[in-house]
Amino acid sequence: MNIVVCIKQVPASSDVKIDPVTGVLIRDGNNTKMNPYDLYGIETALRIKEQNGATIKTITMGPPPAKAVLQESLWMGCDEAMLISDRKFGGADVVATAYTISQGIRKLGDFDLIVCGKQTTDGDTAQVGAEMAEYLGIPHIAYVEKVLEVKEKSIVVRASMDKTIETFEVMFPCLITIDKGHVTPRLPSYKRGKTMENTNIPMITFQDVIDQDETHYGLKGSPTQVERMFPPERNTDKIVLEGTVPEQVDRLTEILKDKKYI
Amino acid sequence: MAKKLTIHQEKVNQETAEAVIKVCPFGGLEYTNQQLNFTAGCKNCGLCAKKGPSGVVTEEIVQDSTPRIDKSKWVGVSVFVEVDVDGIHPVSFELIGKAKELAAVCQHPVYAILIGSKEKNDAYAEEILAYGVDKVYIYEDDAYSTFNMERYARCVEDFVSKVQPSVLLYGGTSLGRSFAPRVAAHFRTGLTADCTILGMKENSDLIQVRPAFGGNVMAQIVCPNHRPQMSTVRYKIFKMPEKVTPFGEKVYMDTSSLDKSSAIETLEIKEKEKVTDISEADVIVACGRAFKSKEDLAMAEELANLLGGVVAVTRPLIEAGFKDAKFQVGLSGRTVAPKLIINLGISGAVQYTAGMTGSQLIVSVNQDPSASIFDVSHYGIVGDVYQVVPQLIENIKKTKGIL
Repeated sequence: MNIVVCIKQVPASSDVKIDPVTGVLIRDGNNTKMNPYDLYGIETALRIKEQNGATIKTITMGPPPAKAVLQESLWMGCDEAMLISDRKFGGADVVATAYTISQGIRKLGDFDLIVCGKQTTDGDTAQVGAEMAEYLGIPHIAYVEKVLEVKEKSIVVRASMDKTIETFEVMFPCLITIDKGHVTPRLPSYKRGKTMENTNIPMITFQDVIDQDETHYGLKGSPTQVERMFPPERNTDKIVLEGTVPEQVDRLTEILKDKKYI
Repeated sequence: MAKKLTIHQEKVNQETAEAVIKVCPFGGLEYTNQQLNFTAGCKNCGLCAKKGPSGVVTEEIVQDSTPRIDKSKWVGVSVFVEVDVDGIHPVSFELIGKAKELAAVCQHPVYAILIGSKEKNDAYAEEILAYGVDKVYIYEDDAYSTFNMERYARCVEDFVSKVQPSVLLYGGTSLGRSFAPRVAAHFRTGLTADCTILGMKENSDLIQVRPAFGGNVMAQIVCPNHRPQMSTVRYKIFKMPEKVTPFGEKVYMDTSSLDKSSAIETLEIKEKEKVTDISEADVIVACGRAFKSKEDLAMAEELANLLGGVVAVTRPLIEAGFKDAKFQVGLSGRTVAPKLIINLGISGAVQYTAGMTGSQLIVSVNQDPSASIFDVSHYGIVGDVYQVVPQLIENIKKTKGIL
């Protein structure tokens, strides 16, 4: 069977602040890492491969340095990787991102299963997987915590919803998004990395995708616009208690007593 | 109208390139072969033009050639009503309350969409009308008795095509968040996840505000040339509205022609064990990264017990395995609005604070006097939780006469 795992490179730290005076975003360092939920996606795919046999291809969209996460996926045990990258894909919101990746996946050939992380830690929307499924015309199940069985034409998965645990059987081809939970992602293997050092990671640009309508990609294909960014509202009537710590705690005790919490 | 960024290569050299690359927080620019170029990371935010070295990147507003939609043809602020094992999810009523506020600005009607089986729908529709919607659009069939992604999506798509609402809101539940994106992709329209503020312009453009980058930045997002405009909003972000004398009507939609096939079969639905739900608690003692080990949470538990509350934690503590994910406060956990919340050693990223700013009294303890948690607090103590908590416990015990 053919499995595609969608991954993303995200900032290592989500510590972004905005300067209230200049309005400039301040990001703490430029380090990046693989989106943590994608590690669970890759591990899920690798376990299916070990038990049922499969070819695993990973795909990401991003600037050229995003190749690093594809490399990492190969070192973990995935078979092939592909980067989707083009200036024309820049400025993409969820709709344009999902559409572009779905176009990239169509270039990978036939697939049975697409695995995504539940969400990324930078965008936090948890929407790209579901939107890709719609563009590929396949069903999807979100919040999958465990793959229970892989059959010839379908997969049985357990998903954790707010109030219920639900078990679904879904026909291939389909897409699942993986929550953290029952698997522990393996570390990349140095030995495997050595043997795969020269593996070529092909790149898809705008001229390679099937749909050549530029208005479907990047900024032009994005219905949403960020009008402005601003620091969150501050509470102006806050009271920071004064004195030594014991004095502050005594004061807090009085306040809680006054307000009848004690 | 759109923003167009242009790089002026004649002004690009090693020095200016490095300066402008530094300004971009997204890795949206690269300098290779003496050329500065945008990468796929570019978000078109224009920071490089505004804050980079002068003239290297410039921005201009261009009139794009895409045809404008006719906004007057898209009328109504609508809410997808979610029904789960306990009946209508209260987030749906909160959204109806907000929808009424939004609709008042642009004089639109308020709609609800209800999907389900015949026997229950009537009672649910009455419940919805009691919150003052103008019309409840009802899709009924035995095939809709439990949630199915594909069947429900076809109903909502049918609703959007026939009714053409300007706005469609969904609860930010696991169901809403996994289902709404399909509808958004289908209509190639915007869906803004986890909005914390919604507003309306007179021209019916929806103003959507959500925390961005998981950090301390709010982004205001609009979807000016697409309809319907869609958002998800977490439970307890908006207030429960008052009931009114019902005046709206029920509209039964024809479902006979809708495709009811599905590649998804639900094999089992098991209710999760009902545990103390932190979003229902009156008092919450919330613990953050200052807690060094799982065992140290015991003092927070003791404090919570004395105040008749429960202990909750932030995302880093969930990731460290200190507590089960259902005890997480924040946008990726639960939104809470208790009478009292005591934040212990929490720095105050928006991801977290947006999940608790509805609390009546917010008390925070942090060693760092500049921690942003204090900006959303009513009372702050600058100190170490390992010193503050034991003393607070002792004080409360004394007050209660236990000591």
